[in-house]
Amino acid sequence: MSTLAIDKTGPTRKVKLGSMSRDRTWALRWSYFFLVLFAIFFLIPPVYMLITSLKSSAEISAATNPWWVFHPTLSNYVELLTSNQFLRFFWNSSMISIVVVIVTMLISIPAAFALARMKFWGSATLATGVFLTYLIPDSLLFIPLFKMLAVVQEFTGITLLNRWYVLVFIYPTLTVPFCTWIMIGYFASIPKELDEAALIDGASWLQTLTRIFIPVALPGLIAATIFAFTVSWAQFLYPLVFTTSIDQLVLPVGITTTLIKGDVFNWGQIMTGALLGAAPPLVIYAFLMDYYIAGLTAGATKG
Amino acid sequence: MAEVALRKVIKRYDDVEAVRGIDLDISDHEFIVLVGPSGCGKSTTLRMIAGLEDITDGDIMIGGDVVNDVPPKDRDIAMVFQNYALYPHMTVAENMSFGLRLKHYPKAEIKARVTEAARLLDITDLIDRKPKQLSGGQRQRVAMGRAIVRNPKVFLFDEPLSNLDAKLRVQMRIEIKKVHQKVRTTTVYVTHDQVEAMTLADRVVVMNKGRIEQIGTPNELYHKPATRFVAGFIGSPAMNFIPCRLEDVGGKLNVRLTDRISFPLPPARAARYSVLPRTENLLLGIRPEHLTESNAHLEPGVETFDTVLDVTEPMGMETLVYFGLEGTPICGRVDPNAGAKDGAPMRLAMDLNNMHLLNEATGAVL
Repeated sequence: MSTLAIDKTGPTRKVKLGSMSRDRTWALRWSYFFLVLFAIFFLIPPVYMLITSLKSSAEISAATNPWWVFHPTLSNYVELLTSNQFLRFFWNSSMISIVVVIVTMLISIPAAFALARMKFWGSATLATGVFLTYLIPDSLLFIPLFKMLAVVQEFTGITLLNRWYVLVFIYPTLTVPFCTWIMIGYFASIPKELDEAALIDGASWLQTLTRIFIPVALPGLIAATIFAFTVSWAQFLYPLVFTTSIDQLVLPVGITTTLIKGDVFNWGQIMTGALLGAAPPLVIYAFLMDYYIAGLTAGATKG
Repeated sequence: MAEVALRKVIKRYDDVEAVRGIDLDISDHEFIVLVGPSGCGKSTTLRMIAGLEDITDGDIMIGGDVVNDVPPKDRDIAMVFQNYALYPHMTVAENMSFGLRLKHYPKAEIKARVTEAARLLDITDLIDRKPKQLSGGQRQRVAMGRAIVRNPKVFLFDEPLSNLDAKLRVQMRIEIKKVHQKVRTTTVYVTHDQVEAMTLADRVVVMNKGRIEQIGTPNELYHKPATRFVAGFIGSPAMNFIPCRLEDVGGKLNVRLTDRISFPLPPARAARYSVLPRTENLLLGIRPEHLTESNAHLEPGVETFDTVLDVTEPMGMETLVYFGLEGTPICGRVDPNAGAKDGAPMRLAMDLNNMHLLNEATGAVL
């Protein structure tokens, strides 16, 4: 068909294709312009962090060019990485994030599978309801949550407040709704015939989930994992509220509480801490990005 | 392998009755094709046999056992889907062996069965590929292989060739027939393509609006359709239906098509139709191949008439001619050398030995 159309418009063909490619060239130029602009805008803070982290306190406070390191030093890194306190924050953050990702996946995947595939009364409403809970900001939730935990602590005698592990139960209120929502979308995009084929092949619902849906929806699963990890790693408000002792703090709260003493800002170490803190998500993104982008569903059905 | 039986099977979705009381007996080794237009209930019927849809009422039996409440995995059936439904993350071999692995068959037996099915379907070279590396026809073979390795009681095919291009469809049609000749598994095959139905089936089940219109061998359906729907659905181009009445002319039974055209019926037909009331509005059903160019040697029962052609369609081995008879569009098939031209007059011959007479009101073939 297309060759036929081109042949018919013989004389105008060159002009048409020419204008097409000219449009495309301009679109690309504008794209590059804005992409470079945004890249510069978003890269300035981390670059500034890096520059500052390589300076001594004396150089930071000196009135020299803030965008250049004249006497580079690794003292900030050495100090932080040998400080038990900082390593403790790092450990707390890692433990919480890993457990939260696991808990989130254990809840979100079966929930999304049920909501996307097992038609039952009210499943559509429930799916929307799950997402709506995500729309309530944590700044509104932390007081009632605190109250709840205080009541539970009082009645059961189990210490919940000022313990890092309690965050493992609280973060999923942020991660589960959104991850479930993402997974519902991914599961819904899997052709219905695929689970029917599995059912006929003799798979139970659980086997269909573990052996067909999870592998096929892996890109979605990874997207959800990245989201859950990032949210847990970067969460500031809840740990600030629920933990107070130094040994219970997580990285973002720990850095700001211990490295800012009164009105004295230990800028070099703050920047170093922030940079080191940003490393794990960066590493995870780098490793998982390929999976994230790969379209695994290609070839399942006609296409 | 087993026989399949449906007893007064009904499927209702809220207010809509998709399948309205179907009775069907499929014998062991038989290849049955359910055919009909979209929404006739053929796919729903197949899915009910598979256990993918609950039945509202009636009974479905596989191998003599009522399976109404048996889940799909315990019905010992295999299904091939229109869009193949291959597991995209598994290789061809893994796709084919998935069902056997779930049932914990010994590894050696799985391998033997997969190898045998791959050989049968000529996909041995593709065994380690993923579905996305395969063409449409190859994917369809793998889907069939997945069904064959299970060695089920019944094969179910849900429009398996609809996604393939015309040429490949013809090729795969032959493949399916060959496979059935080798494995002899009872097969229920759903399609909307009457050519597929005619070429594959031992018996064809024509469905319309949730009911079975007729069950019969391809030849029975073609030559002895029971209703106007079947007569019109089976055959391409479709059968012509011309409003007509019976009349007695000089002691002979005639069929009057227009004011000008009235043909005497051949004796066998006349005897069969003589009891019919002369006033009733009837339809003369005649297939295009029984409307040909007139020649010098007319068989008994072949009558000629003159018409002006509207459009002609040269097909190579034949030419389709279209014309109107008092507003009724008619199609005939003439020899390509008969000189049929758009807008030209032509004398055509109607073979009344192969005519059908239908009740216009009820659509029943008389």
